[in-house]
Amino acid sequence: MGAGHGHKLHFHGHSAIHRAPAHLKVLALLGFMIVVVATPRTWYAAFALYLLALVVVIAISRVPLTYLLKRSVVELPFVFFALLLPFVATGPQTEVLGVSVSQHGLEAGIALLVKGTLGVLASLTLAATTEPQDLLAGLERLRLPVQLVQIMAFMVRYLDVVTGEMHRMRIAREARGFDARNPRHWPVLARSAGALFIRSYERGERVHLAMLSRGYTGRMPR
Amino acid sequence: MSVPVLDVRGLAYAYPDGHQALFGVDLHVHRGERVALLGPNGAGKTTLVLHLNGILQAGAGSVAVSGLPVEKANLREIRRRVGVVFQDPDDQLFMGTVRADVAFGPANLGLAGAELDRRVMAALDQVGMAEYVDRPPHHLSYGQRRRVAVATVLAMEPEILVLDEPSSNLDPASRRELADILRSLDVTVLMVTHDLPYALELCPRSVVLSGGTVVADGATYDVLTDEVLMEEHRLELPFGFDPRTALPPGR
Repeated sequence: MGAGHGHKLHFHGHSAIHRAPAHLKVLALLGFMIVVVATPRTWYAAFALYLLALVVVIAISRVPLTYLLKRSVVELPFVFFALLLPFVATGPQTEVLGVSVSQHGLEAGIALLVKGTLGVLASLTLAATTEPQDLLAGLERLRLPVQLVQIMAFMVRYLDVVTGEMHRMRIAREARGFDARNPRHWPVLARSAGALFIRSYERGERVHLAMLSRGYTGRMPR
Repeated sequence: MSVPVLDVRGLAYAYPDGHQALFGVDLHVHRGERVALLGPNGAGKTTLVLHLNGILQAGAGSVAVSGLPVEKANLREIRRRVGVVFQDPDDQLFMGTVRADVAFGPANLGLAGAELDRRVMAALDQVGMAEYVDRPPHHLSYGQRRRVAVATVLAMEPEILVLDEPSSNLDPASRRELADILRSLDVTVLMVTHDLPYALELCPRSVVLSGGTVVADGATYDVLTDEVLMEEHRLELPFGFDPRTALPPGR
């Protein structure tokens, strides 16, 4: 495990966006998303305006646009669905590049694509400019129930530990001749997933013991 | 004789599945001592440790810490007095920053504000990790995490520090640095370990636990040079190590 800073989604910087209080950024993102989702899907000028606003924010934050675009591949399943919509939806047909598609589906697909991309870019900008710890503190200031914040905090803390464990198990599998392309080896994957679950569960118990040992009585200290 | 920091009498324990791990353990540790708890795998060492701060409740017999019996009513004070450092620092360090982690124990004791800060920084100073106070624990090296794990317990100003395999998985330099830190602390130490040279280096006294009972209790040097005892309880010195020629500091 390295000694680097921050999380994979975080881009280290000191811009005004980086320094803005986390709870304000969360509220801004939430407000932005509500406005984007509520905008009628044929108001294309409005969407262009949203994109422009977002690009301005990204420019101020000095996070390279390519950095965000690379990470927006998480959107791919939605893109696939959006591309599929014009072909599966019913209703009046229209011609695009000589292919007959559903007018209704085409509009829905474009709207999904546009709204989804705006959402993903905005969320990635928040993640790139806010340390996970600050984000959690921000959510707490927004009066999110403490239990939820704690669960997220533990997730952030143990994400690397569990993925590290997963990575070591994969290496151990492959070192003993496991081949992911061979269907006869697939049951092993299921058993590995089960083993990972049990290991994580047992780690949870050990962490709980360590917490009890330091006087934990069911409430995190403030 | 003064009241021992740790007073274990006739402690027996069976797990809920019926497996009996301890069969009447007697152990006394006095203020300022550093004691190694040795024994083969499955001897009951971890089970014993979990009794010292009341995670497990004695089936029979008793445990007292500086005269205070380990009972439900006293658990909070017991857990302040007994600081347990678990083997895997990833189990011990569960908060997002080193500061929050070291503060967790004392904050549970009700400390806050400047006094809490003072405790945190003092504990981190003792293990030489003060400059890492705002880093997330999972970004530290393994040796650094082990040292922070020790600090999380030191911040509670315990009367006895209980360490489970403190030298495991450390590279030789980190292992030596941890030894220097432990030697510099003014606190009673009980150290569970398989690392016999480490026990000889740090602990003048050793207790051997085997099959759920104490089978030897004496000077570490005498225990490690008792070949019959060592062989009987699956204790082995690493290749090339001879306590007779290894001179621990201060002897």
